[in-house]
Amino acid sequence: MSNNVLELRNIMKVYSNGVVANKNVSFELKEGEIHAVVGENGAGKSTLMKILFGMERPSSGEIIFKGSKVEIENSNKAIDMGIGMVHQHFMLVPSFTVVQNMILGIEPKKGINIDYNKATQMIKELGDKYNLRVDPEMKVKDLSVGMKQKVEILKALLRGAKILILDEPTAVLTPQETEELFVQLMKLKDNGHTIIFISHKLKEVKSICDKVTIIRKGVTYGTYNVADVTQSQISNLMVGRNVVLKYDKSKSEAGKAVLNVKGVSCKGAEGKELLKDIQFTANKGKILGIAGVEGNGQRELINVITGGRRNYDGEVLFNDKNIRSMNVKALRKSGMSYIPEDRMTQGVAASAAISENLAANRYESQEIKSGILMDVKKLSKLANKLVEDYDIVCKSIAQKVESLSGGNIQKVVVARECSIEPDILIAEQPTRGVDVGAAEIIHKEILKLRDRGAAVLLVSADLSEAMELSDALLVMYEGEFVAYIDNPSETTEEELGLYMLGVKKQSREEIRRAVNEF
Amino acid sequence: MNFENRFELIRTFAAVTISLILGFAIILLVSDEPLSSIYYFVIGPVLKTRYIGNVIELAIPLIFSGLATVILFQTSLFNLGAEGVFYFSGLMAAIVGIGLSLPAPLHAIVAIAAGGLFGMLLMFMIGYFKAKWNASELVISLMFNSIFYGIGLYILNYFFRDPDIAGFASFKMQKTVLLANIIPKTRIHSGLIIALVTVLLAYLFLYRTKWGYEIRMTGINGDFARYSGMNTTKAIIIASIAAGIISGIGGAVEVIGMYDRFRWAALPGLGFDGALIAMLAKNKPGSTIYAALFLAYIRIGADLMARMTNIPSEMVFIMQAVIILLISGGKFLEKYRQKALLREVKKNA
Repeated sequence: MSNNVLELRNIMKVYSNGVVANKNVSFELKEGEIHAVVGENGAGKSTLMKILFGMERPSSGEIIFKGSKVEIENSNKAIDMGIGMVHQHFMLVPSFTVVQNMILGIEPKKGINIDYNKATQMIKELGDKYNLRVDPEMKVKDLSVGMKQKVEILKALLRGAKILILDEPTAVLTPQETEELFVQLMKLKDNGHTIIFISHKLKEVKSICDKVTIIRKGVTYGTYNVADVTQSQISNLMVGRNVVLKYDKSKSEAGKAVLNVKGVSCKGAEGKELLKDIQFTANKGKILGIAGVEGNGQRELINVITGGRRNYDGEVLFNDKNIRSMNVKALRKSGMSYIPEDRMTQGVAASAAISENLAANRYESQEIKSGILMDVKKLSKLANKLVEDYDIVCKSIAQKVESLSGGNIQKVVVARECSIEPDILIAEQPTRGVDVGAAEIIHKEILKLRDRGAAVLLVSADLSEAMELSDALLVMYEGEFVAYIDNPSETTEEELGLYMLGVKKQSREEIRRAVNEF
Repeated sequence: MNFENRFELIRTFAAVTISLILGFAIILLVSDEPLSSIYYFVIGPVLKTRYIGNVIELAIPLIFSGLATVILFQTSLFNLGAEGVFYFSGLMAAIVGIGLSLPAPLHAIVAIAAGGLFGMLLMFMIGYFKAKWNASELVISLMFNSIFYGIGLYILNYFFRDPDIAGFASFKMQKTVLLANIIPKTRIHSGLIIALVTVLLAYLFLYRTKWGYEIRMTGINGDFARYSGMNTTKAIIIASIAAGIISGIGGAVEVIGMYDRFRWAALPGLGFDGALIAMLAKNKPGSTIYAALFLAYIRIGADLMARMTNIPSEMVFIMQAVIILLISGGKFLEKYRQKALLREVKKNA
């Protein structure tokens, strides 16, 4: 008998929309180890974890738990087995306190009342034991992201989890918070817990994990002792080839300011300042990056610029016209392209054909019409050309977008937005959740667009993307710009991290350099 | 054909088959003469030219209400207002038929146009409430059905009811308004041609015009439509108007095609059938023809069976209910689908 607590054999998962998330996944988990599961976005890591936690049932294959075959029908079963999960997107009730969130479903009772004193006591003890201290009385909505994560971990521990699944725990954390998390994870390990650590950040894997299992395109490519492999070896296995995030970028001259944001401020529903006196210009032939930890006002800023939010102070000029007088259609027609952050909710009509999705920003133009009717031939010619140019992998242009992989769906969005030769492209997390191959194509298209003279505004939480692509980089923290960096590829991630956390801040004059009115 | 379409076809056929089997089972249980019951039910409608005619006559209004509902469903509007529109527009067409004196083809055209116009107005109201205030179109349309019915009944009763005949009916419409018979030995009227032309126009509208595109994108993903700069409020109103015109024309055509007086003392039910037709047709305009013919066929079959044997024709409603249940139930055949998917994937791998 091996000392595997958990073993997966030849797991396959096909979602009902036909997406094959896991093709052949096998891996073994030994007690007391920190086991990394690494793979690119969309490789099937999250699906695998959902299967372990009973949120999805595998289509075929078996799960062995402590030597016997099991079916994990639902999450309650998983919790009974001692498996806990910390989701990438926290599963907490924001208006509840920490205590209320933690005891949800397992409330200690005194008569028919919930025994809050006992609950608070339990949480304090648990927190002390694992050095995970949170204030039990605080409302979850007032907690920082790092604290919320602690609550999630404690929640799992409180339910008796011995195996803890962390789904990309560091994605939303600052470098400093990440450090803290790692200390806590080591402590958990010392206490005999087994941890599955999902990530695509190899540095982190190297620093705390014992084992690493590599998954690529739904197939596992072996488990290694972390000590035995180098970062570049893992990376090669992950991607299947050497990837260098380096592009031949020609020097560009900043041209006319296409977008001029003048002193924009706005407040949220609760009076919280979301944007504070934002000023910058986006100029032709230049990629302006906006970096920052998510939730520091990037969303609101893009909303204002793309016409989604009307309630703000200050003004935004697009091609010298105030955008307050323009609706979304007018903005789009006058040359604004926009790759939205969430492709499934905004970027595509999932159950419509590829060709129909590509038509969304030109369905009124004679490009695909003859007279008042849409011209099927023109549309399919255009769609076929875009599919080829942007390397969209599909069976035909009549295929529904939802049956494509994440990367290819994103390529559909990029193809649509870049192919109308916009004056400005607003790219919001353009490569989130797509594989490296697709990311490379998307990056190159963005660079081509810039070389053709368009202005590009790139909002990205992916530092290496922001640094490599941008000609200049703004850093956002709590609704305002705290740094303007005019040579982003020369700076370091650590330096950026300090700005992103609000530790360092440039002077007003330095930040004002982001305004280049020609 | 791709996997998804094939599966949907299989699902529809399975639902229809199960409902037929259930129908047979009921007949076997309650009938003294099950074989002849089944015989009339299944073969009855093709026994005589007149019966075939009955099927097609019944399919005509079903095509209209099906088309109207297809447009609404494609916009993700669960609006069942076609029912009230059918009644009210039918009445308006009849009033034009009674009150105006015009030469033959023009009179019918004016009557149909009046039906379409009122249909448009009525559906516009429902669409407006939905688009402006996000009121539930289901609730509003059902309420409006009652309201239109009540108003229609009032108008009919106090102004156009013929007191000289037994039963509830309006005065006679003038001969010039009635639609011509196009196939001898049946009552199939020129409304069939109008219906088929409307199918073509509805297809072009939905799939080849910018309004149709906006409507469909709004229905599939409203956020995407707004992100693309479309006015979703406008799309909802345009869809409602189009559906209103089609169901209004349907009501008018039915009244001046099949009757010489307006005789609906209650809501005809044809508008509600639109929902069933749209589901069977998978929201495709062209398929409404087949779906309408199918529904008309089993209804006429049930009628014949009721006339010849002791099974009441209402049995067919049980079958309809089963079809709706199975087709609208997303999980029906889900296991089969999973397995088929897995096979497909493994084959391609």
